[in-house]
Amino acid sequence: MISKEEVLHVAELANLKLKDNEVDGFVSQLDDIVTMASQLSTVDTEGVEPTYHMSDTTTVFRADEGKHTQTREELLENVPEVQDNLIKVPSIVDKEDGE
Amino acid sequence: MDYFNETIDLLHKKLADKEITAESLTKDTLQNINDKEAKLNAYVTVNDQATEDAKKVDEKGIEGRLSGIPVAIKDNILTKGVLTTASSKILSNFMPIYDATVTEKLKNAGAINVGKTNLDEFAMGSSTETSYYGTSHNAWDYTKVPGGSSGGSAAAVASGDVIAALGTDTGGSIRQPASFNGIFGIKPTYGRVSRWGVIAFASSLDQVGVMSKRVEDSAEVLTTIAGHDVHDSTSSEKEVPDYRANLNKDMHGVKIAVPKEFWHEGTDPEVLKTVDEAIETYKKLGATVEEVSLPSLKHAVEVYYVIASSEASSNLQRYDGVRYGFRAKDVKNIKELFVNSRSEGFGDEVKRRIMLGTFTLSAGAYDAYFKKAAQVRTIFINELKAVLDKYDLIAGPVTTSTAFGIGEKIDDPLAMYMNDILTIPANLAGLPAASVPAGTVNGLPVGLQLMANSFDEQAIFNAAYALQEENKFYEQIPTALKEED
Repeated sequence: MISKEEVLHVAELANLKLKDNEVDGFVSQLDDIVTMASQLSTVDTEGVEPTYHMSDTTTVFRADEGKHTQTREELLENVPEVQDNLIKVPSIVDKEDGE
Repeated sequence: MDYFNETIDLLHKKLADKEITAESLTKDTLQNINDKEAKLNAYVTVNDQATEDAKKVDEKGIEGRLSGIPVAIKDNILTKGVLTTASSKILSNFMPIYDATVTEKLKNAGAINVGKTNLDEFAMGSSTETSYYGTSHNAWDYTKVPGGSSGGSAAAVASGDVIAALGTDTGGSIRQPASFNGIFGIKPTYGRVSRWGVIAFASSLDQVGVMSKRVEDSAEVLTTIAGHDVHDSTSSEKEVPDYRANLNKDMHGVKIAVPKEFWHEGTDPEVLKTVDEAIETYKKLGATVEEVSLPSLKHAVEVYYVIASSEASSNLQRYDGVRYGFRAKDVKNIKELFVNSRSEGFGDEVKRRIMLGTFTLSAGAYDAYFKKAAQVRTIFINELKAVLDKYDLIAGPVTTSTAFGIGEKIDDPLAMYMNDILTIPANLAGLPAASVPAGTVNGLPVGLQLMANSFDEQAIFNAAYALQEENKFYEQIPTALKEED
């Protein structure tokens, strides 16, 4: 039902990289699960509305007013790398071996 | 100090009469937790600040009924200044800068957070075996799983560590471990309790609930944590009744439905026998019991794993190593930072579900899987509603077996998923549901499941209380602990 190529494609979409020795295990487990889920096709759902969420469908309004919550310092407390009070990340544009 | 013969009522009296202080109670509680941790591994973090917090409660004076009472909180619920990991490597260094609404409500009531309990990573699992911090153990038999995902909370309560603990329930994560550990556990109606500050797994299914040995103590805690929250627009504005004050064990005139599909051949006959006996007790107490049918139950696991995984794949996109949590080293660009942080930070079960959800939401599979599952969900909700239009409660087993062995099912995800078939319905329909101790089979506890109409938690508390007062299961000390004495 689900091929190795599909699993690798899905992993890429999900920003996950599987180790070579993990791939086959994931393929067979996901295949089992997707095969199970395929049994849904036996249910007649013609004209049935899907349930995507459980809340009342009414829109919740609130006043548009500014509120102080956390400080900048607090918000930066969990950031792995900070420089000059900013979140530091590696280069976005790859200079060396850009594709 | 343990909580085997305690209730919130008794503890509150002792605190209010100054027979004990919150500080001494918390100290003793922490001592007891630390003594047992080597065997139970119920906690990810024991809260060192708890004694200080208790001191402050003493200084302010004992006020409400939870004032000065130690409780444990599942480690996917944010606690300001106390590590919150969801039992994942990717959050292993995460220090919340705010409290979840439920944490804040407990604190405002004067309750003391003594520790953060272990769970399956991101609550994905039925055994705590997927935790980055190792599996917790069942207090009745250390070689068995405590169930999951709220396995740490269940083990903590069952072993007398605390009077009550918070859990979360997405597909049975409160009720299954409650059943495996011989305690009471309730998943309230979707929207009854705020999810603000609760680490999201599947947002249309997740709900915070309570676990305790005694029904009245969960009723007390749920009354405290329930209610509308401006931070969670899915939380209900319906008034919160005082569940404990309203407890009523009179079962006369209560109408109970038992779905025949719950008496499945795949379920341990001894478990079914124990559940049958509990249902007989209700008849004896004056309830009427009738058989009903839920024909779509056979598709519940399929619906659940498609929907839960789809929502999880979306919710877990936020873990990228940028703003908080684990960040992979030696990366050459931002894309690699995302991919490596996630690949090194998530465990296998979480990856499996993210991939399943990414697949079921992908362009070619969306209609056949995600939309289809959402439609079958509607059909199933209608079946449950039709039953609850005529009955006050639905009763049945919680699990297909008693607690299974550590390592027994972890390599077979599908077998693990099938465990959840009896607890999933309440989540798919947003209904309140609980596990109530019904008896033991070969020395391991069995729970009775009770489901009710939306926002009728009281019906569950009342029936659970009625059974508790008949079987007094709370008097039993878990076997593994007893053997040590």
